[in-house]
Amino acid sequence: MISYGNHRFPGKLFVVEGTDGSGKSTQLSLLYQWLKAEGYPVFFSEWNSSPLVKDTTKRAKKRHLFTPATFSLLHATDFADRTERDIIPPLKAGAIVLADRYIYTAFARDVARGCDRAWVRKVYTFAVKPTVGFFFRAPLDVAIDRIVSGRPLLKYYEAGLDMGWSDDREKSFTVFQGRILEEYDRMVDEFGLTVIDATRSIEAQQREMRNIIVGHLKKRRFKAH
Amino acid sequence: MIEGTDGVGRSTHISLLRTWLESRGHAVLDTGMTRSVLAGRGIKEAKTGHTLGRLTMQLFYATDFIDRLENEMLPALRSGFIVLTDRYIYSAMARAEVRGIDSAWIRSIYGMSLVPDAVFYLRIHSAVELGARVLSSGRGFDYWESGMDLHLGEDFYDSFIEYQTRMLKVFDRMSLEYGFHVMNASRTVRSVAADLRRSVARVIDEPTATGEGPVHQPAKLKAGTEPQQKTAVVSGGD
Repeated sequence: MISYGNHRFPGKLFVVEGTDGSGKSTQLSLLYQWLKAEGYPVFFSEWNSSPLVKDTTKRAKKRHLFTPATFSLLHATDFADRTERDIIPPLKAGAIVLADRYIYTAFARDVARGCDRAWVRKVYTFAVKPTVGFFFRAPLDVAIDRIVSGRPLLKYYEAGLDMGWSDDREKSFTVFQGRILEEYDRMVDEFGLTVIDATRSIEAQQREMRNIIVGHLKKRRFKAH
Repeated sequence: MIEGTDGVGRSTHISLLRTWLESRGHAVLDTGMTRSVLAGRGIKEAKTGHTLGRLTMQLFYATDFIDRLENEMLPALRSGFIVLTDRYIYSAMARAEVRGIDSAWIRSIYGMSLVPDAVFYLRIHSAVELGARVLSSGRGFDYWESGMDLHLGEDFYDSFIEYQTRMLKVFDRMSLEYGFHVMNASRTVRSVAADLRRSVARVIDEPTATGEGPVHQPAKLKAGTEPQQKTAVVSGGD
């Protein structure tokens, strides 16, 4: 088993991280369009998308079966499947992989739920270290406002209701997101994440990302028509 | 156990033990790998497709185990039950090791598990003997229990023999490391059962000493929540 930081692949892996509502998915899809138009082979991989694990997660969320430890492990299972199926093979083939949420999401959420920091990191040691990990940082009130206004009802685990911080969905969500943001902040140095100020305009953020990414790409071999 | 070859007769012995313990007035919970409410079904479905990667499989098993630990075993132990488990973390660790997965990684994932009061290892002499048992049970060779994902042989039989030989080797080594009670499973069911009953009786009659087990750290249990009762694990080749 090759551990974090020790994989050597010709491809490149760019990941986006941040609290809900930080705008990272928008930025990643803009990046995807651009790289495709530039003629690079690009693959897109999303958090919580393994076909093998999907039904189990869905059922567990619906029936509230999770504890913090099993929540963590099932998400790790999902991520392992993505790694073995969607991430490593394209990287070996020299493609660009874009991941919407990566291991740092698990580190932030699981630790916010009370899992041991070192234990969660150990579980994910098989993960490929990204070429660049972008962290879209938005102040807590901005992120919460974006989410709460954009969604009809916060879901049970999303709001952290399983933790019993508060019976009020919004209050619980605020506590949870605050803890998550704290975890992200401490990971910036630990994992060398690249912080993007998520309060700036969409265009400005995208320009900044592209400037950073260009430095990691070889000259393209062909241009799409 | 619904899935899985049961060459050494683990499930037979679990059910015999359970009946015997209950007749002596003990409350018993029996549990086994892939039987969790959370992940049991998902694992079975994932295995049917034969597209389960090595790391994914290990983590899926761990999810299943921790779910049973937190939601079945610990509550049962706290309320005074005796817990019998058909396979514990050792089978998962052996499968991982045979598949070349970093054993320190696996151990740290299972670091929160409870050290059992006794592990009974139903030992069979060779993979060939195990193969003969599988055949005589009428079930035939299973894809995963023949280690077909490892491409060890031309057909299910060759692969089964090679895979189970490796598994036995790992089990033998773990047996020393973790202090398993080794039971010769090549004997008749009756004599193995009698042997198991004697050993289990000894464990039950001992005063409870929680926690001090070999190598891996005992559970992250908070003070005052130590289980009052015993866990026994029956293990064997795959």
